[in-house]
Amino acid sequence: MSGTTLFGLCAAALVGLGLYGLICQPGALRKILAFNLIGSGVFLLFGVIAQRGGGVLALAGTGADGDPVPQALVITGLVVAFAATAIAVTLLVRLAETSARGTLEGDEPPAPESSDARRT
Amino acid sequence: MLAALFADLMDLGGLLLVIPLMLPVVGLLLALLVRGRTLGRFALALLLLGLAAAAVIAAAVATGDQALHYQLGGWAPPLGVALKADGLSAVMLLTTAVVLLGVGIYAQRGFQVPAGLPETRRSLAFWTLLCGIWGGINTVFLGQDLFTLFVALELLTFSAVPLVALDGRSETLAAALRYLLFALLGSVLYLLGAVLFYGTYGTLDIALLADLIAGADTLPPAVPVAAALMTVGLLAKTTLFPLHLWLPPAHAGAPPAASAVLSALVVKGSFFLILRIWFDLMPALLTLTAAQVLGALGAAAILFGNLVALRQTRLKLLIAYSTLAQIGYLFLIFPLAAGSSSVALTAGALQVVAHACAKAAMFMAAGLIAASLGHDQIRELRGSGRTLPLTVLAFGLGGLSLIGLPPSGGYLVKTLISAAAVDTGQWWLYLVVQAGGLLTAAYLFFVLSQAVPGPRQPTPPHERPRLAQQLIVLALALCALLLGLLPLSAVDLLEIGRPAAADSGAVSALLADAWTLDKLWASLWPVLIVAALVLAVRYRQQRKPPRPEGTSATLSPGRALDQLDHLLRQWPVAGLLLLVLVAALVQTMLVGG
Amino acid sequence: MTSALVVDAALVLLVLGLALWITAARAAYGAAVGFVAYGLLLTLVWVRLAAVDVAMTEAALGSGLTGLLLLGAAARLAPYEADEHRRRPGTVLRVLVGVLCAAIAAGLAAVVLLLPDPAPSQALAVAAHLPATGLGNPVTGVLMAYRAVDTLLESVVLVPALIGVWSLSTEMGWGGRPGFLTPCRSGSALPLLARVLPPFGILVGIHLVWAGADDPGGKFQGAAVLAAMWILVMVAGLREPPPVSDRLMRFLLVVGPLCFIGIGAAGIRLAGAFLAYPEAYAKPLILAIEAGLTISVTAVLGLLLAGPPVPEPQYQRQSRRRS
Repeated sequence: MSGTTLFGLCAAALVGLGLYGLICQPGALRKILAFNLIGSGVFLLFGVIAQRGGGVLALAGTGADGDPVPQALVITGLVVAFAATAIAVTLLVRLAETSARGTLEGDEPPAPESSDARRT
Repeated sequence: MLAALFADLMDLGGLLLVIPLMLPVVGLLLALLVRGRTLGRFALALLLLGLAAAAVIAAAVATGDQALHYQLGGWAPPLGVALKADGLSAVMLLTTAVVLLGVGIYAQRGFQVPAGLPETRRSLAFWTLLCGIWGGINTVFLGQDLFTLFVALELLTFSAVPLVALDGRSETLAAALRYLLFALLGSVLYLLGAVLFYGTYGTLDIALLADLIAGADTLPPAVPVAAALMTVGLLAKTTLFPLHLWLPPAHAGAPPAASAVLSALVVKGSFFLILRIWFDLMPALLTLTAAQVLGALGAAAILFGNLVALRQTRLKLLIAYSTLAQIGYLFLIFPLAAGSSSVALTAGALQVVAHACAKAAMFMAAGLIAASLGHDQIRELRGSGRTLPLTVLAFGLGGLSLIGLPPSGGYLVKTLISAAAVDTGQWWLYLVVQAGGLLTAAYLFFVLSQAVPGPRQPTPPHERPRLAQQLIVLALALCALLLGLLPLSAVDLLEIGRPAAADSGAVSALLADAWTLDKLWASLWPVLIVAALVLAVRYRQQRKPPRPEGTSATLSPGRALDQLDHLLRQWPVAGLLLLVLVAALVQTMLVGG
Repeated sequence: MTSALVVDAALVLLVLGLALWITAARAAYGAAVGFVAYGLLLTLVWVRLAAVDVAMTEAALGSGLTGLLLLGAAARLAPYEADEHRRRPGTVLRVLVGVLCAAIAAGLAAVVLLLPDPAPSQALAVAAHLPATGLGNPVTGVLMAYRAVDTLLESVVLVPALIGVWSLSTEMGWGGRPGFLTPCRSGSALPLLARVLPPFGILVGIHLVWAGADDPGGKFQGAAVLAAMWILVMVAGLREPPPVSDRLMRFLLVVGPLCFIGIGAAGIRLAGAFLAYPEAYAKPLILAIEAGLTISVTAVLGLLLAGPPVPEPQYQRQSRRRS
């Protein structure tokens, strides 16, 4: 097993861990952190693919760099993920300031009672 | 002279595609520099230009009888990024331009800058983000590279989410945050799928990937996993039942003009990519079981969405749940695609167009009604039919298309899906389509039965809508209603640039057959019965005193439905269902393939 | 087992350990601190994967600026956190989700092990066409030439994100200054740091952009460093963030993408395609675009961190309270 493969397995674990956190953590900030974990796992997997793709360069004797296409796309992806985090954090801070809570859970009013009361 | 200009433009060929790609982006950037009252006019001018560009592209595709291609920077894929407009993209570009122009005219009033101010928060945010949505969705329609499409999806999401929270109430902030986080989960799953495609084939170009996948003897294991991840990620953004946790509060909480765009267009962007994946990227991989899973979710969405819509007391929430149901129709086409792919694809595209026009009209009509009454409680709509006759008429006409009555676009969709379902022996789809139409009829007539009777409101309206607003809403509703009267050649446009399907000609035959008297009557009489029933129930309710609270309510199926909806919209439950869906799709494709 | 593999395995264990900490830590602030360390470790991983350009971006943006954002939010949200643990989903649900997440991770791991060998790649094609762009860094070649449209759209995506952040201000706040980065207590070492560090930081940032054409580096890395310097100056209270209606700031925000589109459109005439460069002028044109993008991306990144505008009196009150 090579180091590259090891990083690939690490990426898979990060995606799984991040998914769990995103779904099960009640706090919205923890969900945002978990989203960043999944994102880093996906980018890392892309980096592993880039490193594997660099094999042709080594064969051609032109260096030990990776495939630059995935590397460039990861840079783009990191910037987009930062923007996503910025909007999410700002929304969350504003939500906490207006309603004094930092979660998404249980924010729906228990619909049946209220709607029935108004219907009849 | 205009004709000469038009012809000159059509000669540009593939270069034309740069216009819908860049016009909104330039608009987004310049809108930051435009000051004051000109901002709305500036956006309107851009939208008019965009409509012209979309029309030229559609004309170029239709006259050339082939798709337009363009290689950005002159670099061919796999190194570069390609754009393509086939008939399907051209129709989508045109629909987007028409709906956005309607919204742009409607929103001139609500988002204008008051005299004397350089700008307001709402006006700057609305007009720039509208351009952002436009740019994102146009790129989705034209892009041929999975990563470019990812960036386009993010542009769409980042522009759509803040519109939900524009009024700053804590409910809308919570709705926007849920929307953002679930959409981000969707995009990251989509990106993961794209990464796996690159790792397997070394390219992200859809056409090249399609050739590689079709040419392979055995499929690498990455392909079904990638396909499942991308599909489910896109489903989360399209809000197919049961992944609809954010749709009702977000679509109902946004300002009406924004709701119209979100419901009519934004969810269709991710749906369009699902079409690209399953019809262009790997048509052979759509196993019967996988298609049945998507179809079953669509059917559940139609029944569930319409039933919950019936339970709503607020007009905007009712329309939002109706969107949930209408998204279901889009997914009924997958089980039909195996037997008759061109019928399925035509039905899907027509549903996108018809629903976009009808739903934009209905949300904006609801906005005008709410602005005039000061609320949108369905039970207290009395008299709005007299105060706003054009608006209530537009709401009803849009609703006719959702029901699927002739001559609307919805009627064509229903005809095509029903015929294909019967042909392939999938009767359950036929029944779902019929039941969905009747349920839609029930809540539409309920709303109209509240709004139409009654005298003109004695109190002066909160806000008197402009005639231009009422007319544009009516125009969009008429677009949806008269879509069915378009000549058959317009439907043929959808097939241009696609591989010849085995059943080419089937669409024309089915559509020509749709206009016989007994077909028309067969679609009409059940709806009339529902209308009569709704009126009868309403008459009885007026006569009888309201039922005492608490006696039978605990066991009522309606409350059980509300509670089910409440449960499904819990974040962890929706997340669990999303994971189950990924696992199920991978499994069906591995077993089926 | 080679020593390199041992180092890699240790790195992976550390990364996974920190990821577990981020997920399981009791307080969000602790998790956010963990995230900064996690980002720095990932930077090392990127170096091990021979992706120095990505490593720089990860360090500056993924760990640095994102960390700053999350730490700031964790501090602001701490008062509402006690309520959260109560709202945890039930055990059954958590076990089910856990099992499915593990299954998905296992499936991905299997796919990673079964990736085709030799791996498909565009590395040779990128290298073969690089002379036409006049660039020496293949990653910059991909970003600015072959896939210029992605870079363009990405720089555009930042604008609605910023508008989204701004739109979360109150109606009263519009026209005020961004309110997240209020000046720190006086008497701390920060103002001194904010006088000493920026000249060096600005040099490093500009060098990264300039060198990015041929060596690792580029506008995003450079812009992230420049934005960090600007934020330092704002937090130290040496400069106030500009009001959102500031004309010059608006212009700087859009100058990069507009310049990109303008040069791209000129390419239709001069080089036969949108976003193509005439071969003789490819490198200077690309450098011009990079310079423009650096300005715009620096401004956007800094303002994204600075948050939505608050009314002027409130801004001054917050500043006073902190000092």
